[in-house]
Amino acid sequence: MNIYVLLKRTFDTEEKIEIENGEIIDDGAEFIINPYDEYAVEEAIQIRDEHGGEVSVVTVGDEEAEKQLRTALAMGADQAYLIEDEDIENGDEYSTQELLKAFFAEKEYDLILGGNVAVDGGSGQIGPRLADQLDIVHVTSAVDITLEGNEAKVERDVEGDQEIISVSLPALITAQQGLNEPRYPSLPGIMKAKKKPLETLDLDDLDVDEEDAEGKTKTVERFLPPEKQAGRILEGEVEGQVQELVRLLKTDAKVL
Amino acid sequence: MTTFDKGKKGGAFLLEDISPNQLLTPEDFTDEHDMIAKTTEDFVLEQVVPEIEKIEDHQFDISVRLLKQAGELGLLGADVPEEYGGIGLDTISSTLITEKFALASSFSLSHGAHVGIGTLPIVYFGTEEQKHKYLPALATGEKIAAYALTEPGSGSDALGAKTTATLNEEGTHYVLNGEKQWITNAGFADVFIVYAKVDGEQFTAFIVDADTEGVSTGPEEKKMGIKGSSTRTLILQDVKVPKEQVLGEVGRGHVIAFNILNIGRYKLGVGCIGAAKRAIEVSAAYANERKQFKLPISQFTLIQSKLAHMASETYAAESSIYRTGGLIEDAFHSLSEEDQKDGKRVGKAIADYAIECSLNKVFGSEVLDDVVDEAVQIHGGYGFMSEYEVETMYRNSRINRIFEGTNEINRLLVPATIMRKAMKGDLPLLEQANTIQEELMMMMPQEVGDEPLEQEKYLLENAKKIFMMVAGSAAQKYGEKLENEQEILAHVADIVSDIYAVESVILRTEKAIAKEGVEKARQKLLMTEVFTQGAFHRIERAAKEALVTMEDGDNLRTMLSILKKLTRHTPIDVVSKRRRIAAQLIEQEKYVV
Repeated sequence: MNIYVLLKRTFDTEEKIEIENGEIIDDGAEFIINPYDEYAVEEAIQIRDEHGGEVSVVTVGDEEAEKQLRTALAMGADQAYLIEDEDIENGDEYSTQELLKAFFAEKEYDLILGGNVAVDGGSGQIGPRLADQLDIVHVTSAVDITLEGNEAKVERDVEGDQEIISVSLPALITAQQGLNEPRYPSLPGIMKAKKKPLETLDLDDLDVDEEDAEGKTKTVERFLPPEKQAGRILEGEVEGQVQELVRLLKTDAKVL
Repeated sequence: MTTFDKGKKGGAFLLEDISPNQLLTPEDFTDEHDMIAKTTEDFVLEQVVPEIEKIEDHQFDISVRLLKQAGELGLLGADVPEEYGGIGLDTISSTLITEKFALASSFSLSHGAHVGIGTLPIVYFGTEEQKHKYLPALATGEKIAAYALTEPGSGSDALGAKTTATLNEEGTHYVLNGEKQWITNAGFADVFIVYAKVDGEQFTAFIVDADTEGVSTGPEEKKMGIKGSSTRTLILQDVKVPKEQVLGEVGRGHVIAFNILNIGRYKLGVGCIGAAKRAIEVSAAYANERKQFKLPISQFTLIQSKLAHMASETYAAESSIYRTGGLIEDAFHSLSEEDQKDGKRVGKAIADYAIECSLNKVFGSEVLDDVVDEAVQIHGGYGFMSEYEVETMYRNSRINRIFEGTNEINRLLVPATIMRKAMKGDLPLLEQANTIQEELMMMMPQEVGDEPLEQEKYLLENAKKIFMMVAGSAAQKYGEKLENEQEILAHVADIVSDIYAVESVILRTEKAIAKEGVEKARQKLLMTEVFTQGAFHRIERAAKEALVTMEDGDNLRTMLSILKKLTRHTPIDVVSKRRRIAAQLIEQEKYVV
């Protein structure tokens, strides 16, 4: 079984976001594997351990993303691919889709896993976009995956309800929280990861033209949510408090 | 791994200058180091921290389970060679694991005692059979180890132990009798490294299985801090130990004890910086959250000054620790593979850095005590309440100045070791002391430029001269009897300690500036400036007090005037520098360099 995992390097969820001149400052920030992609890596390793085969992790990003690929290798993935997108101007979800499409054109795959959404951009588009381009079936928000022969039974989270879907392979499935508990990269795993293959590919290697992968969207503005104001405690008789509250909701918060 | 401080003997920093490239700094960590640190930190924060309350309540089955889990991840096997079931990592990896385990509060003691003083004696001094028998189970956590040296009547005077070992008539077993006190992990350990005197004279180490008849433990001690570690008396009553369980040679137990103590002291210093960083994080976050007079208290400059002080001291301890780690790693790896398995050789290689190990122990534990004290202060009344983490940190910190050799013992060891090395010709101290006397008489204070680190380097150079003057004077005046002058020795040790720390921060910062420019290294530079000035004032004070005690009349006047020349400098504005340091800490709510 050939399993591929799409993985993105993202800000650590603990990081504070700072914006300067419309750009997000990433100086000195800590980076991690997008947590949803981490579920995908864990699931891929478990499926491989049960059904055999190989796990390859793929990312689109700059050379810094090598660290996150190494982490996935340390968790137990077999090989890694880093697709460099630095030459692409204004890269967006479309650009990533084009690069991945070109990458997978040369590959044989039974299962492609990814995260449901990335915690930074939050578009949740890459999985479905890629499945569409590869003309394979996709299931999003998986909380359980069982493989039987050429079929995958996927339990997906639908706004709190569960839906069970059967699909035939090859398929692309994205992971939701609850799918599994990702393992820590063990120390022997970390040392082994050093020696596992990690291939870096650029646009030429994939035979993709810069212009063809240029982003289709334009970022108009970036801003942080307004800072939360301190709460107020109303005082006096209950009746008076209620009236005051209603008044504030109407005039101050303007929600009534 | 790159070679750092190559060929530098322990203590050599007092006499020679090294270049930044010869020094290991946290900025030199590899990706693997970062990943190892992250795995450890994630494990501790996600698995251990939620259980801490129960562990502090002596639910040691949880400690044992967590140690096994740590073992599965490889967190117990870093110092155990692969052929004995470990992972055999470098010193820095194992240092990072120790540092991150400090986040586990008192559980870090269970981990530290097991992987350090519990397991290392067998790694370094065990026979092939002993290594194969014990190390695989110790590396996975299947078995837990403990170290039993202290007795009710012998603490610092470890060789004064009263526990005895007598060979039985058949010549097959030693029979051990005695009591060991304050043994970490005693409540659940499977293996004890026990020191006893054969025939009441020959100090010897033994590997004792906990299930051997006659081995028992006393009740859990009630302690001021580190309540989550098991601490009991180990009682040995006619315990028959096969003679194959002698560790090292009969009568040579002190070699093992002292070498393990060296590593233990180094690791203790490492744990202290891990805890200090946590205290800074907690305090910065609290200072941002707590409002008084309608402002977060982090806006008050006296609070900022405390945070900056905590960070600068921690930066100095961290720089010293990893520098020492680089030295130990280098010493270890300059041995042939054959020699790496020979405890005597390994011990000797590490013992060469006994001075540095003691310095890290003393400095690290005192920095941490200082840091947690200020952390409580920043928390105000809440810091005195048990629900707040700093209350525990404050209590847990105190033991560090006591165990692994009290800071007093370690202070005495520093000048004693320097003198012994000088006498043996390992350190050209006496030669330099003679030439420097004349130089000092002629010396004129220099004008210092204002390039980054220029003043700090000048002060460091002078601090080394001050050391020569004070140590030389002490050696001349007291000769063999110097060991009776404990206050003078402590002053010398303090001067040496500050020299090591100052040099470590200067070189680390210089290396960082060379790598990424002065702007990106700004925080490091500020902390270096603030720390160096404080340390230099301490050096001046210690030197003055020592000189006044030792000398009098014209001699004293001459020396004091030399000291004055050596200490003349224009002080920097530490107040505004501290505010700048604090700005980063408050912004990021953690220790940043």
